[in-house]
Amino acid sequence: MILVTVGMQLGFDRLIAAMDALAPTLGLPVIAQTGKGRYSPQHMDARARIAPAEFERLVQQSRLIVSHAGIGTVLTAARFAKPIILVPRRAALGEHRNDHQLATVNQLSGRPGILVAMDEAALPARIAEGLAVKDWSAVQSSTARQLHRALAAFIENRPL
Amino acid sequence: MKSGSTRVLAAASGGGHWEQLMLLRATLDNYDIRFATTEPAVAAQHGIESAERLPDCNQNKPLQSALCGLVALWIVLKHRPQVVISTGAAPGFFCILAGRLVGARTLWIDSVANGEQLSLCGKLSQRWAHECWTQWEHLGTDARPRYFGAVL
Repeated sequence: MILVTVGMQLGFDRLIAAMDALAPTLGLPVIAQTGKGRYSPQHMDARARIAPAEFERLVQQSRLIVSHAGIGTVLTAARFAKPIILVPRRAALGEHRNDHQLATVNQLSGRPGILVAMDEAALPARIAEGLAVKDWSAVQSSTARQLHRALAAFIENRPL
Repeated sequence: MKSGSTRVLAAASGGGHWEQLMLLRATLDNYDIRFATTEPAVAAQHGIESAERLPDCNQNKPLQSALCGLVALWIVLKHRPQVVISTGAAPGFFCILAGRLVGARTLWIDSVANGEQLSLCGKLSQRWAHECWTQWEHLGTDARPRYFGAVL
C-alpha cells in the first residue's frame, strides 16, 4: 500500500490530484489523507483526516509514503524506516504561507530513505525509485550519528 | 555506557517534537531516563507507560502556560533529574526552566522543522538553557545555537 498525506491543516490539491491520476498505474492500493483540500479523489481511498494512532498503523503497513514536506511525517517515516517521497508546497501556488518546505527538501534530499519530487511531474520516477528502495532501517545518516554522540557527551558531562 | 545511572528528564510536546525525541531514544535509553509529554497516549504507543503528562500550552495562552510551568516544576521536583533535555516546544522549555531551579544541566535541541531560524522557545533557550543546539548546519554558531547534527 502507498500512503499519501498532506497533513491535516491545509489542502494540497496539486499533490492529491497528481496521485489520484497515477493511482490506477501503480498496482498497489493507495490511501490518502487529503487535509482541507477540495479535490475529490476517484482512484484512492481518501480521508480528510486520519487519527494519529490509525495514521501510525497505516505508515507501518505501507511500502511507500508520498507526502508534503512536513517534518512530522518525515519523522514518522524515519521511525518505521519507510521510504518517503517529499513534494514541497509552494507559496506562489497558495499552498503555504512561505516556501519553507522548499528549504526543507533541499536540506533533506539524499538522506537515507528520503526522496524529493520538486513537482508532480517528477512523481512517477520517484515512486519507482521509492518502491525499489531496499531496507535501510540500519542506515543511520552521518548527521544522526553525530547528534547521538553529542547527546551522550552532554549527558555524561564530557567535552562536546 | 558508563553513566547508566545519570537521571535524565526528556520532555517534548506530542507530534513532531516527540518523534524527534524518539529518534534519540537509542542514546537516551542508556541512562536513567524519564519522559514528559503532552500526549502520554502516544508515549504508550512507544512502550513508555510512565510518561509524565504536561499540559499543552503556547505563548498565546498565558493561563495554560502558567499551569504548564507549575506542572513542569512538579515533575522536576518529583524526579530530580541531573540532566533535562527537550526537543520542543513550550512545555519542554518549561521543563528546562524548572530543571535550572534544581541545578540540572539543560539542553535544548531545536526542532528539525526550524530550518530558517530558531523557534521562539529556541531563542529563549539561548539565554536560559546551558546548551542550545540547532539541527541545521547553516544556523549553527560557535556558542548558541551550536550544531551537532540532526535526528534525520
